[in-house]
Amino acid sequence: MQAPELKAPAFVRSGRSRTQVERWSWIFMRASGVILIVLIFTHLFINLLTGDGVNQIDFAFVAGKWASPLWKVWDLTMLVLAMIHGGNGMRLLINDYARTTWLRKTLKVALATSVTLIIVLGSLVIFTFDPCPEGTDPALLNIELCEDLGRL
Amino acid sequence: MQSAPTLYRGREGMWMWVVHRATGVAIFFFLVVHVIDTALVRVSPEAYNEVIASYKTPIFGLVEAGLVAAIILHAFNGLRIIAIDTWPWALKHQRALVWVVWGIMIVLMAGFLPRHLSHVFGGA
Ligand code: HEM
Repeated sequence: MQAPELKAPAFVRSGRSRTQVERWSWIFMRASGVILIVLIFTHLFINLLTGDGVNQIDFAFVAGKWASPLWKVWDLTMLVLAMIHGGNGMRLLINDYARTTWLRKTLKVALATSVTLIIVLGSLVIFTFDPCPEGTDPALLNIELCEDLGRL
Repeated sequence: MQSAPTLYRGREGMWMWVVHRATGVAIFFFLVVHVIDTALVRVSPEAYNEVIASYKTPIFGLVEAGLVAAIILHAFNGLRIIAIDTWPWALKHQRALVWVVWGIMIVLMAGFLPRHLSHVFGGA
């Protein structure tokens, strides 16, 4: 069986003619999707199945992970790819379900704003993370790490 | 009632399309909340630990299990879509592949659930 020959649609609901943008969107969803499978399944495995699973997660655990540049880059890549992949998916849903131009525009502005804010917030958190904040009860800190850093 | 003629073919392919959209939306909103809860590490260790403690409660433990199932379905159905776009063989068997996706989900959850639930309910 052969894939049916498809003709380019004469119009799309958004009223704009199809452009290269949709082609890049199609390619991006597939490429980022495959990468995200590796990134997210590893994330879930480490955080939920190693050690004490979800019970091990606290400030000291995050400090331990982000002491390694590997996990910083890992989380940053996951953050950017997942938010753009998810944001683009939501854009396609808006195209399908929002019926007026006004509603589509409004929802897309809200979506683009939230995606940008979350990416900026998440990146700042990774880049400005302080594993040993001044004046914290040492019981809450990753003591070994903070001693190594000379912060305790 | 006579239904209007439609392009929707129903059956496994269409239902999986609905599942793909629903899980995609759920995972997107989870991620928005998740980046905000992780951002609490910049507020204070106390604030982060307090909020993360709620992730360890039985109710959230079950929600996490549902989230993991949703992620598995979305991920492997995504691979099914790529396969259908790429190989005529996969297009021909797209309906059987829907059941392969559910099968993979069940096998992975069978590996994940005992360990996760014993963490959540056993406190271990
Ligand atoms: C219930 C399941 C999950 C748990 C327990 C969990 C736990 C965590 C923890 C402890 C961190 C802190 C840093 C680290 O461990 O690397 C984190 C960060 C992160 N997680 Fe998850 N995670 C879960 C699911 C997910 C999913 C499904 C996604 C993607 C769709 C995701 C994306 C991220 C991202 C992007 C960050 C970095 C946030 C930032 O930049 O501030 N997580 N997660």
